[in-house]
Amino acid sequence: MKFRSNWKWVVAVIVIVAATAGTGCKKKAVDPFPASGAVAGWDKTGDTRVFAAKDLYQYIDGDAEQYIAAGVVTTSTTDYKYKGQLEATVDVHTMSSADGARKVLETGTKDAKPIQLGDAAFAYAQSIIFRKGSSLVRIVAYESTPDTPQALLALARGVEAKL
Amino acid sequence: MKSRRDFMKTAATGAVLLGTQSKLGMTELLDQHKSKVVVARDPALHNAGAQLNDKRVIDLLDRAIAAYTGRDKPVEAWKRIVPVGKVIGLKVNGASGKGISTHFALVMAVCERLQQAGVKAGEILVWDRNARDLESCGLTINADPSRIRVYGSDVAGFEDQAESWGVAQIRLSKILSRECAMVIGLPILKDHIWCGATFAMKNMYGAISRPQDLHAGGCNPGVADLNCIPAIRENARFTIGDAMTSIYEGSPEFHPEHLWYPNALIVGEDRVALDYTAWQMIDRRRAEAGMPTLEAAGRLPRYIATAADAIHKLGTNDPRRIHLMEI
Repeated sequence: MKFRSNWKWVVAVIVIVAATAGTGCKKKAVDPFPASGAVAGWDKTGDTRVFAAKDLYQYIDGDAEQYIAAGVVTTSTTDYKYKGQLEATVDVHTMSSADGARKVLETGTKDAKPIQLGDAAFAYAQSIIFRKGSSLVRIVAYESTPDTPQALLALARGVEAKL
Repeated sequence: MKSRRDFMKTAATGAVLLGTQSKLGMTELLDQHKSKVVVARDPALHNAGAQLNDKRVIDLLDRAIAAYTGRDKPVEAWKRIVPVGKVIGLKVNGASGKGISTHFALVMAVCERLQQAGVKAGEILVWDRNARDLESCGLTINADPSRIRVYGSDVAGFEDQAESWGVAQIRLSKILSRECAMVIGLPILKDHIWCGATFAMKNMYGAISRPQDLHAGGCNPGVADLNCIPAIRENARFTIGDAMTSIYEGSPEFHPEHLWYPNALIVGEDRVALDYTAWQMIDRRRAEAGMPTLEAAGRLPRYIATAADAIHKLGTNDPRRIHLMEI
């Protein structure tokens, strides 16, 4: 009787472990974009568009090659507005590895200010670029206002928390 | 201030049609041995908050066209440029997104003057690769032929039959091949991470189905070969280059940290001479910013010399053969 009861426990544990392992093998698709209001002052104003590497030229023709060379798998993008005024675009490039994200980040950030965010990050007056794992995120505002740097940083933190 | 929709409605319905005898006669006005390029500037085009003054844009356009044609009255000047009774395409450039795209105010100013010169609203077609690029310029898609039309090659489609010239084996947008009797290029001045500079000739990458196929070798000879495709060589006859805002590093992706305000329009027929002039402007700005020239940065826009060579014969890149008018 005791033997039979132990077998039930063993089977149950195997089932749980197998199920956990099964989900762990698949990378969960994440939505990296905070919903409207999730970051104070920011509303998501655009649809999320996703481009596979082979279609990336449709979004950033001319720039696509540098991301493809660094191993981009998909690029997701959407638009936001801060307090109904300041417009910004968020691009999330999902690379095949963290090295790919590092490679792009290290290009063209010589005169940017390093900031604490994700694995590495840089800020300009109207943009922030950071990497976290295999994700590379670029947030660009279309206007320079006194609020822009802090507002962008808050949005960047919101994105980083969802990656 | 009028909303964009109001402006389009007014522009579409309030045109003064002034006749049908206009013709292209630019070459008659030019020194036979030189290509004229007009760089018209207005230092007050942007205010202290970097906002563009729409009223000054049309004034700047008028000055540029007057200088180019030698006609003071805008209507008379435009009659020298465009044929009446034909579809005129305005090829804008919104590929880099709304941060650095052909300005809406310039598109509207050109539409207004075209209509005053006798081009009907429905004969004006503002176009680019797709809806996203057009919307980046602040434009709203419209296929109604009674008004100024605005749509991209994603709506019109591409020719099934490929054409080729050199390395350019391409399928043309039907907007260029079938709909427009003349295309006026309205590119925006940008640095380019692969080919150095993008302006008049490279704007035509937005007229083909797979522009990414022509990026190899710093877009050389891709840009030059593409511009030799007969429909492009023959139809893209005039350029009103938007250098009101520009990017001098990191483009075509929008890098606001390298935004600059040349506050200029660059006008002409010779796209090689226009691109040469644009390249010089970018290099001057880079020098001011303490950056290396495009050549020193390894991004010399070689396609400009290629376009000028004896094989392509698209124009001149020799400053001695460019009549540069800076006003």
